[in-house]
Parts: sequence; C-alpha cells; structure tokens
Amino acid sequence: MLEIINIHKTFDPGTINEKKALDGLSLTLHEGDFVTVIGGNGAGKSTMLNAVAGVWPVDEGSILIDGVDVTGLPEYKRAKYLGRVFQDPMTGTAATMQIEENLAMANRRGLRRFLRWGVTAKERAKYLSLLKELNLGLEDRMTVKAGLLSGGQRQALTLLMATLQKPKLLLLDEHTAALDPKTAAKVLEITDKIVSENHLTTMMVTHNMKDAITHGNRLIMMHEGRIILDISGEEKKSLHVKDLLQKFEEISGEEFATDKNILN
Amino acid sequence: MLTAYFSSIHITSLLNALPSNIAQGLIWGVMALGLYITFRLLNFADLTVDGSMATGGAITVMLTVNGWNIWLALLAAVAAGVCAGLVTGFFNTKLGIPPILSGILTQIALYSINLHILGGANKALPMDKYNLLLSSRNVLQAIIAGGLICTVLICIMYWYFGTEQGSAIRATGCNPAMSKAQGVNIGNMQLVGLAISNGIVALSGGLLSQYSGFADVNMGRGAIVIGLAAIIIGEVIGDALLGKHMNFIGKLSFVAFGGVIYYIVIGVVIWLKMPSNDLKLFTALIVAIFLAVPYLQKQSKTSFRKAGKRSQLNPKKEGGAKDA
Repeated sequence: MLEIINIHKTFDPGTINEKKALDGLSLTLHEGDFVTVIGGNGAGKSTMLNAVAGVWPVDEGSILIDGVDVTGLPEYKRAKYLGRVFQDPMTGTAATMQIEENLAMANRRGLRRFLRWGVTAKERAKYLSLLKELNLGLEDRMTVKAGLLSGGQRQALTLLMATLQKPKLLLLDEHTAALDPKTAAKVLEITDKIVSENHLTTMMVTHNMKDAITHGNRLIMMHEGRIILDISGEEKKSLHVKDLLQKFEEISGEEFATDKNILN
Repeated sequence: MLTAYFSSIHITSLLNALPSNIAQGLIWGVMALGLYITFRLLNFADLTVDGSMATGGAITVMLTVNGWNIWLALLAAVAAGVCAGLVTGFFNTKLGIPPILSGILTQIALYSINLHILGGANKALPMDKYNLLLSSRNVLQAIIAGGLICTVLICIMYWYFGTEQGSAIRATGCNPAMSKAQGVNIGNMQLVGLAISNGIVALSGGLLSQYSGFADVNMGRGAIVIGLAAIIIGEVIGDALLGKHMNFIGKLSFVAFGGVIYYIVIGVVIWLKMPSNDLKLFTALIVAIFLAVPYLQKQSKTSFRKAGKRSQLNPKKEGGAKDA
C-alpha cells in the first residue's frame, strides 16, 4: 500500500543548521498494516510522515502509494490518498467553521470543488450518525464552530474527517501527545475502532512506548533518519517496554533517555 | 465666539445632508463587502483596493464618455478589478512577496495605469449627458440603486461562500494547513478570493464616480481605511444587536450598514464645521477606536489589575506602602 524507497532529506543544507533528517529510509506497508513508529527526539519520525504527506519534496528516493508514484506531487494533490491527524489539535480543523462544515470539507477531499452547495442535507444525516458513534455529544452541536471544542474533541473530529473518504493511508503524527492521559486514551480507543472498522492502513507516530506496543500489528523504531528495528506479529505482542529500551541501546549504542520515554 | 459657532449650526442642514450621506454610505458599503472577503475571510490585509477602486472609477468614466452602455462599463471595471486582484495574488503566491507588500506594489503600479486610463489626473462625467445608474442629482434614486446593489451582492456572496469553492476559500483563510490536508490548492483559492474582492471594490469605484460625476486618480486614497471602518463599525453594532444569533447573511448586511453609519458620522462631523482637511485624521481615529473596543472589552474582563484586586491572600502588595 505504501512503498518508501531509499529517501533522503537534509534540512538547511550548506548552513550551520544543516540537519540530515532522513538518511536512506526504506519501508513497505501492506494493506491493512497498522504500524506504530517510535524513536527519540530528532529520529525522523515526523519527518517521515511529512515526506509521505508531501509537506516538502524529498532530496532523493521515491514514495509510492497504492502503486502510484507520488514523489512529484505537492501536498494538496496527495491529499486524496491520505488521511492525516496532527499533533496540535488546532491544526486539523478550521476553527471559525462549523463542525458540519469541517466534515463537509473533508468529505470532498481529493475531489474538485465547484459551485455545488457546501453541505447538503443528505450529508448532514450521515455526519449525525457518525458523530453519534464517537459518543462525545458532538451530534447535538453540528453547527457549533470547531474552535469551541476541546483538544480531545477536535482530535476525534479530525480523525473522523481523515477517514470520511476512506484514505489509502492514515497518518497519525503523535495525535494524542497534546492531550491529558484520560483524553488520550479515549482518542486512541476511537482510533482503534475507526482503523479496524474501515480496515485502514495506518502509520502512527507516538512517544509512548506502551501505546506503541499495545496498538497495531507492527512496530518500527527509528534512529538518525533510518529504521533500526521492525517487529511484527507474535513477536510484537510479547514485547515489553524494557525489551524495547534494551534493543534500542544494543542497536544504536546510545541510551533511549528522554524523560518522557522513561516516565511512560 | 461660541454662541456664533452654535448659532451657525442648524439641525436642518444635518437632515438635508442625510440622504446624500446614506447614498454614499451604500456605495462604500459595496466596497466594504469586497474588502470583507480579503480582510475577514482570507485573512489577507489587501492594500490593492486603494488602486483598484480608482481603476474602477476611471474605467467606468472613460467608457461611458466614449459611448458605452453604463452596465457594460461597470462590467469592464469589475474585470479590471479582478485583474488587479490577480496581480496581487501572483506577487504573493507565486513570487513569495508578503501580503501587505504585494498589495502596495499593485496599488502603486495602478496609480500610473489609472493616469493612463484617465489621460490625466481626473475626468468629468457630466451627469445630464449620460444615462447613469445613479448620481447625486437624484439622491433618492441613488439610495434605491445603491441599496439594491448591496442587497443583490449580499445574496450572491451568501450563496457563493456557502458553496464548495467558497467554503474552500474560507478554510484557506482560517487554517491553511488543514486546507492543504483536505486537498485544497490554497494558492489558487487566494487568487480567486483576491480577484473577487477587487472586482467588487472596482464596482464600488464605478458607482462612486457616477455618483460624484467624475473620476480622479486619487479617489481611492485611504479607501482601505474607510472600508475597514465600515466593516468594524458594522461588526461592533451587529454584535451588540444580535450577539450570538449573528449568521453570515447578518454579518454581510451589517458590513454594508457599517458604510452607511460611517458616512452619517462623517456628515455629523462636517455639520459640526470640522475642517474638511482633518477628515482623514478623524477617519483613522474612528477605525482605531473601533478596532480597540473589542480588545479593551476583553482586557477589562480579564486584567492583572483586577486579578490583583480580587486576590486577598497577601496584604503586602508590590508597589504598595512598605512596612516601616
């Protein structure tokens, strides 16, 4: 479903801030894979997601989504293949637009936008039932501006928006990192539900090792712009945070030592 | 001296000027509706309007004088405004020039272009010789025409910004990152928004030149400030009257209404015999005050000073009298 072939990306090349963010990264995702991505700060996790989403062009290598080479496509053209949820809850929704208007924007992802009415009555019924399933009370607030929602509600709404048009690939970029633990758990629960119901191919970046182990069928660990560990199936199910930390030290020769990871 | 001043002011002269103020206010209401698209929906402070307003007036006058039908002349004016907006959008989206500077560049360029169109600094449009849509000769007709144009425009804008494309323009102004993720080409949406906005502004320039009976290369100078005044006055009044019940059509109506209020206020200022040279200074002050009001209101609700007063825990306040 997703093929990343030997991509490279260096930020600010030739300057004092030069940073090699992706260094010959390759990865293949099969249909229905739910991959969790972990790694230290600056390992290239978000950079990989941004490369796939087309936030900027890569320096070298190819990216294929469902067999289509998207390496040369700008972000807005790749959008038709991708559902995305961001770390910052503010990023995923338009604050000054109503909940139903946000959903209607997402419902037309990848389609041409002409002079047809922005939200139709038929759509509204569909959104109502989908919002009801979220169980957050949003179904009664469809004409409320998205900016009035809490962080967790906005992330849940963004998740719904990302999957309204079934994407070839769902990209979750630390989408629970800005939420309190209880809300984060709720959003993850919704994530699991939506992913399994729609059989979505998913990549989820997280700082939380426990989440990375309990969710998905495959786990990859990144370090210095490359994948250093790729575990799936039964082996992943039996993983513990302790094993992951140990493996990280073995492979990278460094300690996986940010407070966030230890506390988690 | 004071008595001489007061005895020279009569309420009748204010009332006599009122219809003309309303007519001009409606024309500027059209302009404010155009500006609203960039200023509020696209979040783009577009200074092109000072130029495109004069361009609209210049083209309307020149084509009418050369025997064009007034509607066709206005249509040509709108087309010219659309082009001006596209140039500003090109500067910003394709060449990476910051929004405010893009607008200023187009505005300055239009000054020369407007001189070319007019063949000089200004050109008269004799009201009795041509079949105009509105003029200051017949103020009542001007009010009706201006009101109708505002109404039609508000309806069209309400419809358009409810469509898929209009929603995409609004989303682009609100959250570019989200818009891109939903497959919106935000550069194109900005171009479309700027084009429509400046087309409407040029239309108002065309109306104004008919009303005043001439086009002048400086007729758009300070237009953005007057347009902003109309938008902000309309928003403040609309918020006070409707509050939470405000919808999009209400917002647009109050923007047009804001233009009328602005010109009535200007009428009062002139009636009070303020030197007309100081009008722009006065306009700037009005805009500054209305821009500041929402901010100050918010501040008055949550301020450190009040929080300090509420706090009773520590009797020793910083800056207060120290114990001996």
